[in-house]
Amino acid sequence: MKLTDAEKAMLDGAKGPAHRKAMELLVRYGEALGAERLVETNSVAGTWSAANPIVRDYAARGMDAVFSEFNLDSDEVVPTPPMETLACQLIGGLDRKRPGVLGIAPETAALNEAGERHFGAKGVAMHATCTPYQVGVVPVFGEHLAWMESSAVVYANAVCGARTNTEGRESTGAAAITRRIPYWGLHIPENRAGTHLVEVDVDLPAEMLDWGLLGYWVGEAVQDGIPVVEGRLHGRPSLIHLKHFGAAAASSGGVEMYHVPGVTPEAPDGESAFRGNGAPHALRYGAAQRRWAYEALNGSARDRAVDFVMLGCPHNSVEQVLRVVRALEGRRVSPSSALWVFAPRALAEVAEASGHGAAIRAAGGELLSDTCPAISRVVPKGTKVVATDSAKQAHYLPAITGVQCWFGSVEDCVDAAVTGHWHGGVA
Amino acid sequence: MIVLHGRRVTPGRAEGEALVTRDTISGWGGMDPRQGTIIERRHELAGQSFAGKVLVFPGAKGSSAWSHYFHLARLAGQAPRALLFNRISTKVALGAVVLRVPAMTELDRDPLEVIETGDHVVVDADAGRVEVTKAR
Repeated sequence: MKLTDAEKAMLDGAKGPAHRKAMELLVRYGEALGAERLVETNSVAGTWSAANPIVRDYAARGMDAVFSEFNLDSDEVVPTPPMETLACQLIGGLDRKRPGVLGIAPETAALNEAGERHFGAKGVAMHATCTPYQVGVVPVFGEHLAWMESSAVVYANAVCGARTNTEGRESTGAAAITRRIPYWGLHIPENRAGTHLVEVDVDLPAEMLDWGLLGYWVGEAVQDGIPVVEGRLHGRPSLIHLKHFGAAAASSGGVEMYHVPGVTPEAPDGESAFRGNGAPHALRYGAAQRRWAYEALNGSARDRAVDFVMLGCPHNSVEQVLRVVRALEGRRVSPSSALWVFAPRALAEVAEASGHGAAIRAAGGELLSDTCPAISRVVPKGTKVVATDSAKQAHYLPAITGVQCWFGSVEDCVDAAVTGHWHGGVA
Repeated sequence: MIVLHGRRVTPGRAEGEALVTRDTISGWGGMDPRQGTIIERRHELAGQSFAGKVLVFPGAKGSSAWSHYFHLARLAGQAPRALLFNRISTKVALGAVVLRVPAMTELDRDPLEVIETGDHVVVDADAGRVEVTKAR
């Protein structure tokens, strides 16, 4: 790989041991990819968490040991230097303000707190969400990023027109102190052209459920390709719909970029989505494909008695929290069920100030932030059957926690929490 | 013995028994780093261990914690011995780097066609060479 003089100096240790280890990692990684050079970045979204299982064992040796092992892949313990880019902490394993609701051990909560203080002081903004783009970490068109979190990566590329690959904990750790990431993959304009045409041949309303189902099928169909979605789209998709579409497509497959002509910025029309390469043969998304997605997402579910309802993966906007509040109006969560609603740390604050937290608690639910059941591996005690409005959560939660999981609309999920039973379905 | 040639992803030489899958692999949410097993519900290898095996697979998918989870597997002593795959991605490249095992891609024959689970495989990434001895 070709390095600039500044990069060579970091590799030689001119900026200290952390920059040396970071540059060593970026060179090993760049060579593994077959990248020719690095590119400058000023925006990193990663994780510096010290409270996850296994990582905790390292935290006993201090936060620098956590940083060295997990953020730089360094056997040598080096001091954590100040971050040199905008650095955003993604979703973590517990709710800082409400660890008790999740049954988090006080030692773990204290460790998380210590980690947030250590890395916060070094310049990591403790947003604690999978959706940085909802809380002010909004990339600019064409900007080079080094982001983790598959649902955020696909949003940043497709909806913002920024350029990032799906980075990992170690590469983002190195990027935040060196301001560098391999120039490869989606950083290169030619690699951002559509690879698959998806013709939507059912009426697709501007509804989360429908965009989640479409995303889940598209990910399975194109794997890590770049789909271009056209057809019977009714109503312009909003942040919420595109958030769910991308998260689903990045779960069933490895979609990191897509185009919706006329909606996403790199595709004013269908032709530009393929960058003049000509559209390939269309994949058809019809009633049978929609049915497949629905059944695949409900494939783990057998028992209709629902113990736990999870809403907010990726983290809910305030508007989505309000939708839950409205669906709950005049009703109470069944004693045999639980309802947890998740939002980013910053937006949970807004939802509380707007009275939504109080309304959810008054109905017997909880408004939580900073984490989700798949990341924390925490579900209410004794949970065997879950319901969720998230294709991503329905994909991962059964594998991670061994529960059964129903997938459906927000209203079907709230109904399950209130009645304790799943009555959901799609037409 | 069958010989394949390809590109080195990460350096080194290792040998062992092959574990082959036609399904792409997830890190976070797809495997258990402490047990070294695949846990994804609809995966061909669900419940099977990759620890100490030469893992032969199409590529990576899913969460960006791919490298972190294989990193955790290495620290838990559950790393595969080597990786052979078809589709390069940031997930699998960084995963191979932090696993610190030899890895190769761009092989001149599809490893999923040539190699079967149980075959003995030598991965010499530095020489860009893979040797396969069929189990049957």
